[in-house]
Amino acid sequence: MSATAKIKRPPRVGDNPLFRTILIAVVLVVTALFIVAPLAVIGFHAFSQGWRFYAATIAHPDTLHAIMLTVVTALIAVPINTAFGIAAAWAITKFDFPGRRLLLVVIEIPFSISPIVAGVAYLFVYGLQGLFGEILADADVKILFALPGIVLASMFVTAPFVARELIPLMQAQGRDLEEAATSLGASGWRTFFSVTLPNIRWALLYGVVLCNARVMGEFGAVSVVSGNIRGQTNTLPLHIELLYHDYQTAGAFAAASILALLAVVTLVAKVALERRGAGRRPALAAPVAVLTENAK
Amino acid sequence: MKIRLDAVEKSFDSFRAVRGVSLEVESGELVALLGPSGSGKTTILRMVAGLEYADGGSIHFGSVDATDIPVRDRGVGFVFQHYALFPHMTVGENIAFGMKVSKQKRSKAEIDARVADLLRLVKLDGLGNRFPAQISGGQRQRVALARALAVDPKVLLLDEPFGALDTNVRRDLRRWLREIHQELGITTLFVTHDQEEALDLADRVVILNDGQIVQEGTPEEVCRQPASAFVMKFLGDTNKLKAMVTSGVAAIGNARIEAPGFPDGAVDVFLRPADLDWANEGEGIAATVVRVIDKPSGRRMLAVTETGEAVELDVAPETVVTAQQRGVVTIERARLFSADQPTSRLI
Repeated sequence: MSATAKIKRPPRVGDNPLFRTILIAVVLVVTALFIVAPLAVIGFHAFSQGWRFYAATIAHPDTLHAIMLTVVTALIAVPINTAFGIAAAWAITKFDFPGRRLLLVVIEIPFSISPIVAGVAYLFVYGLQGLFGEILADADVKILFALPGIVLASMFVTAPFVARELIPLMQAQGRDLEEAATSLGASGWRTFFSVTLPNIRWALLYGVVLCNARVMGEFGAVSVVSGNIRGQTNTLPLHIELLYHDYQTAGAFAAASILALLAVVTLVAKVALERRGAGRRPALAAPVAVLTENAK
Repeated sequence: MKIRLDAVEKSFDSFRAVRGVSLEVESGELVALLGPSGSGKTTILRMVAGLEYADGGSIHFGSVDATDIPVRDRGVGFVFQHYALFPHMTVGENIAFGMKVSKQKRSKAEIDARVADLLRLVKLDGLGNRFPAQISGGQRQRVALARALAVDPKVLLLDEPFGALDTNVRRDLRRWLREIHQELGITTLFVTHDQEEALDLADRVVILNDGQIVQEGTPEEVCRQPASAFVMKFLGDTNKLKAMVTSGVAAIGNARIEAPGFPDGAVDVFLRPADLDWANEGEGIAATVVRVIDKPSGRRMLAVTETGEAVELDVAPETVVTAQQRGVVTIERARLFSADQPTSRLI
């Protein structure tokens, strides 16, 4: 075989140089146009009228209130959904019960349903003309157009996030570790905290990070149930929309930059978690080793 | 601690995994539960451990009825097929786990000393700070055993303990487990589908099929007096040939086997490859050689009889034989089973 023939041959099967160049170029262009450019525009417009205007917009009581409301919503919704996610993943992967598969599908509904549908559904259940409307009004409990409604809508939308991360991992791990811990005399709680939790912690943290990002950024469902009352029930995404409709473009972008910043922090946290997880090889490699031995 | 199972039953949905199994394991005995997959052997072990509850019957540890005692309080050491070591803990932490969660409080120094002792027992001194992913399969299995022994279990239960290991490692670990058992004298019950492992390791072998015990006895008893065609086949390579009995003598080709007590008619003859030999002529079953496989210990011949039945026989390494050659299979030992009455006669 001559040397020239070797050069013409692609280094690997399916690695045609022309195809490779085109594919990479298309992906880069699309990424730049649809993901990087809009983000850059947010930064550019946010500071288009200078630092002072930016700081003033952020410091505006309505904006501060929106940020506060968003953080409070996340502080309530994320822990509850984390607990729910762990419970759901545990139930589905460690127990056999009728309707297990159905539950798996039902948990994923919020992923496939439009958030605005969820918002409207809450309106029908808790609204004045809704199912529990009169009872709630008589008891003087305000759910819609108040914090409880916002939290409930956010929780609905983000319910599957933690469970989705945990279920495949816990399925792969099986029940052996828990059985081993119990046979050694550990109680249920001890088994959970000493054996189960350490083995799912990275997936759990990742699920929590994603859940948090979505709670803070949720627009559709929250917009229906919150009533958009400025300085009262406006979360950050709703506030941005309001500013934009008021022709306060720079203000809208300034507020948007806060959300974008939160997204970047989330992303960095995610990458850091993955690094950390990869760095702790002993903690993660073992289930894989067990699997390969099964394959033998 | 003596283990006694009395008419134990277990079903999964509509599948009857264990059907009325009664079994006694004497204190200090090493017993193997041997059977093909689906025979219920692992289910029995898990019920003894308390990882599954029996649907019916009872399980006693000594004089205590342990049937409803939860696994946590049952005081058993369980070694899992895939070790189930805690991957986020070091070898030392794995071994110490049972002592740390125990209701019986121990000082840290006490635990450390015990971990060091156990590491020495399983010949893993100096590996206490490794993670399970950083040691070999054989070493992991030894850690799993040390972890199970750390809580001073009344009985030791092992589920396919060497199933995932290489043949050589497996053989070493078997001898080593035997030594540890002799040293500690702890009542041990283990599950295997590998008859060689069971015969090599156990004081007594319990053979299971379809959730029932089909035979139990010492390795010598089950090998020399298999109770049924199933046991005969399960314990090792077997040839099954059809023969006709007339007045107490079975005939295959020109070979004659005494069959006292068998009625006239068809009978199944079971022959181990080593029970047969090869001759160019003489009293035996006329056959043609199909293939010869050479092994370190001798030659395994595959042949076909006149009636078209396949036969495998082990002959001495010096035997000169080639494919297509015609000759005679001679019978040195045989075991007869009639299909309807599973009695056996050694000739």
